[in-house]
Parts: sequence; C-alpha cells; structure tokens
Amino acid sequence: MFWSVTQSLLDGLWTSFEIFIFTLLFSLPLGLILSFGAMSRWKILRGLVQTLVWIIRGTPLMLQLIIIFYGPGLWLGHNIWNGSESGRITATVVAFSINYACYFSVIFRGGIEGVPVGQREAGEVLGMTKSQIFFKVTLLQMIKRVVPPMSNEVITLVKDTSLARIIAAYELTFAGYSFMKSSGITWPLFYTGVFYLIFVGILTLLFNYIERRLDYFR
Amino acid sequence: MSVLEVKNIEKHFGSTKVLRDVSFDMEEGSALAIIGSSGSGKTTLLRCLNFLEVPDKGSIIVRGETLFDADRPIKEQEKDLRRKRLHFGMVFQSFNLFPQYTALENVTLSEKLLAKERPDFKQNKKEILEEIESHGKALLEQMGLAERMEHYPHQLSGGQQQRVAIARALALQPDILCFDEPTSALDPELTGEVLKVIRGLADQHTTMIIVTHEMSFARDVADHIIFMDEGVIVEQGDARQVIDHPKEERTRQFLTKY
Ligand SMILES: Nc1ncnc2c1ncn2[C@@H]1O[C@H](COP(=O)(O)OP(=O)(O)OP(=O)(O)O)[C@@H](O)[C@H]1O
Ligand SMILES: [Mg+2]
Repeated sequence: MFWSVTQSLLDGLWTSFEIFIFTLLFSLPLGLILSFGAMSRWKILRGLVQTLVWIIRGTPLMLQLIIIFYGPGLWLGHNIWNGSESGRITATVVAFSINYACYFSVIFRGGIEGVPVGQREAGEVLGMTKSQIFFKVTLLQMIKRVVPPMSNEVITLVKDTSLARIIAAYELTFAGYSFMKSSGITWPLFYTGVFYLIFVGILTLLFNYIERRLDYFR
Repeated sequence: MSVLEVKNIEKHFGSTKVLRDVSFDMEEGSALAIIGSSGSGKTTLLRCLNFLEVPDKGSIIVRGETLFDADRPIKEQEKDLRRKRLHFGMVFQSFNLFPQYTALENVTLSEKLLAKERPDFKQNKKEILEEIESHGKALLEQMGLAERMEHYPHQLSGGQQQRVAIARALALQPDILCFDEPTSALDPELTGEVLKVIRGLADQHTTMIIVTHEMSFARDVADHIIFMDEGVIVEQGDARQVIDHPKEERTRQFLTKY
C-alpha cells in the first residue's frame, strides 16, 4: 500500500511541479512587462494595467481558473483546452501565469522604483550609458529588493497548485485525497503534506542562499 | 582664457522660475563657492552644469568649446552628451555611492567602462586595468582611505563615504569638480575630515564649484563667491570681500544668520 500511495503522490507531485515551473516561466517575464506598463508615461496604458491588476488581485484565483477552463467552451461552443490531462494543466498554467504576473508586477515595480534616483544620476555624471547604468548599477539593487517578497509569492504558488483540483487536474493534493475517498484512509493526506513541506523546504533553502549571497551590501 | 563660462542660464519647473539670467566665469585652478538660502537654485545650477537638467535658456562653454546652447537644436545638444558630461564631476549631498561595490570599485568602475571604448583595449587589457586600479588606489590614499579600499559603503562612516565619492569624481579627471553641500548630510564631527580634503584639493589648484552653507570654509578656501537668492546672482566677487564686506543688502541679511 505504502508504495502504491508513494507512486500516486509522485505522479501528482510531477503535475504540481509542471504547473509550478511553467507558471514561473511565463509569469516572471509577463510580470516585468506589466510593471513597465504600470510605470509607463502613457496614461491609458497605466490605467489598463492598474485595472487588470486590481481585477486579478481582487478576485479568487480559483474563480479565475474556473472561468478560464470552462468559459471558452461555453462561449465558443467548443473546449479549446481539450478534456485531457495536459489540457487541464495548460489551462491551469494560463490562469496562474496571469494571476502571478500581476502580483509579480507589483513587486517588480516596487523594486525598480525603490532604487534611489541618485544611483542613476551618479552613473550619468560618470559618463555611463543607459545600459551600463542598468546592468552595472541598478539591476543588482533591484534584485536585492525583490527577492524577499518574491520568495513569499513563490512559496504561495507551490500551495496554490492544489487549486487545479477544481478542474480535475491530477495534482498532488488530488492524489492524496483520492486515497481517502477510495480506501477511507487518512494517512496519505499527511504524507501529501510531507511532500509539500519538502518542496517548500528546498525553495526556502534556495531563497535563503540567494539572500545570503546578496547580504554583502545594503 | 576662462575654463568655464556660464551665460544667461534660465531654468523653470512648470511656472516657477528657478534660475534667472545666471552668468559667471571661472579661471582655471580657482575655487568658486556658491552660497544662498534654501530654494535659491544652487542645486539646480549644478545639475544644469552636469546635464542632469536642461536649461531653458543660455549657454555653457568649457575651455572655449560650447557644450550647451539653448538656441541650438535639441539633436545637437544631445549629441555626445556623455562626452560633454565628463568635463564636469559631481559630488552629491547624499554621496550616492554604489552600495554593491567596494570603495575601490566605486572609484574605478566608470574608468574601466570608459576604457572598454578605447581602440587598444583588447590588446592592452591587462595593463590598462592595472593602471586604472593603481590610479584608483592613489586617489583613495590621497583621501586618507588607504585602509578602507576593500570596504563596502555601508561599512564606512558618512565622512568616509563622501571622501570615496570625491575620489570617484576625481577619477575621470574632470575640468571642473562640483560639490553640492558635501557636508550637509554629515554629523557635525565628521564635516572636518571632508572639508580638509576639499581644502587639500584647492591647495593643488583643482578647479571647483562648491555649494556650501559653511561660511568660514567658503571664505578661506574659495577664491570667488557667488551669493544667490530666488534664482538670481545677487552678488559675486572676491571671497573675503563678499563675506566680510558685502555690498548688497540681501547678502548682508543672509550672512547675519551665520
Ligand atoms: N525637479 C523639480 N521640479 C520642480 N521644482 C523643483 C525641482 N527641483 C527644484 N525645484 C524647485 O526649485 C527651487 C530651487 O531648488 P534648488 O534645489 O536648486 O535650491 P537650493 O538652493 O539647492 O536649496 P537647498 O539649499 O535647500 O539645497 C526650489 O523652489 C525647488 O522647490
Ligand atoms: Mg540644494
């Protein structure tokens, strides 16, 4: 029994991991683009981005996921995600990427605006080019500011992957839950918790390492 | 010939005129102090010289070369902006050191980046970088920071940070070094070490413009003084003359506060 549970949970973990990785892959650059939009000189663009962020942060991720998975099928008459497991995962990644991009955009914006203008000006009077100022002066300071709030969001993302169960994607929590349902046993639920703890534990170590590496300056 | 000629500079932010018809000359190797009450436009003037602000009117001429002329087309003004900037150095009130670099790296960074543009950089990379390194070290030694070269800014006192910032500005050998209230952000007991360094530079005839609220320092170190009020130069002249025997009533009133 233990091995079959482990096997199932590993399957679920893999799905959760896919959602996690692909969401990061898409939401990080998208978040950066949104943060530029939010700081744009163009008022309309700024307004659009702010409205999007307000809507996405103001509604539950689960609701967004349901709308994105079922919406197209009901509006267009055919399901663009196809009913397979990979379709469910894709829909989840899309919903999550939009959601997390909005959260990341706020963090990035804080990081970018948090670097004092004096840093850029000091670079300018020293004859540096715009790109030299960005890469040699401001970038690392932004990263340093952004890492702690990012680590919070990334750890939340690990646990949010369990929301994919609502559209029947076979992720980690679903895997643990199905044993309780089918065999009436509860220990797989705790075992599932251990999987999350290890996942989050590794990320925590990673972020601690990054923070320590950036600790040499203030 | 004057090293710097500033002619009829005007600058406004929105509807507030911050600089009005500001003109002055500087001789090579002289020190000029700019004094005046808060909001009189001193910082804005230095920022115009360093091209951090674009004046609305007037011109800036260094060693006979017109670096800025508001009458010329924008395109031409922006051309070679980086090269034009290098005629001036700037020491900020709040230091603005780069926190992720050591004192020495702060001093050598811009020089190293500029060296990359030299045609012979690839060939003589090692020698060039070594030269920059030892130049940076010499500057920090001159600032009395021989023991602090590998320290990061946050490991240094304010006075030490400001001296690193001075070395950083000197590294590019500007024609004119500008100081914007270099001691205003410092604890009183730390101002002395920074003023001493600036005094040393004046003794070596470094061409400098110093915005300061330290009247006795301005009197002793500067050759000339400009007193500004509400964006205009009210009085300018020999440093001792202006401080000890001001001609204008507004200057006199300002000086009674010190
Ligand atoms: N970027 C800006 N936008 C709008 N107004 C500005 C800006 N920078 C400066 N000012 C205004 O210009 C005036 C002159 O400012 P400036 O900083 O040059 O004065 P200052 O002589 O350096 O004063 P202080 O002794 O307080 O440093 C002030 O009234 C200030 O509010
Ligand atoms: Mg000022």
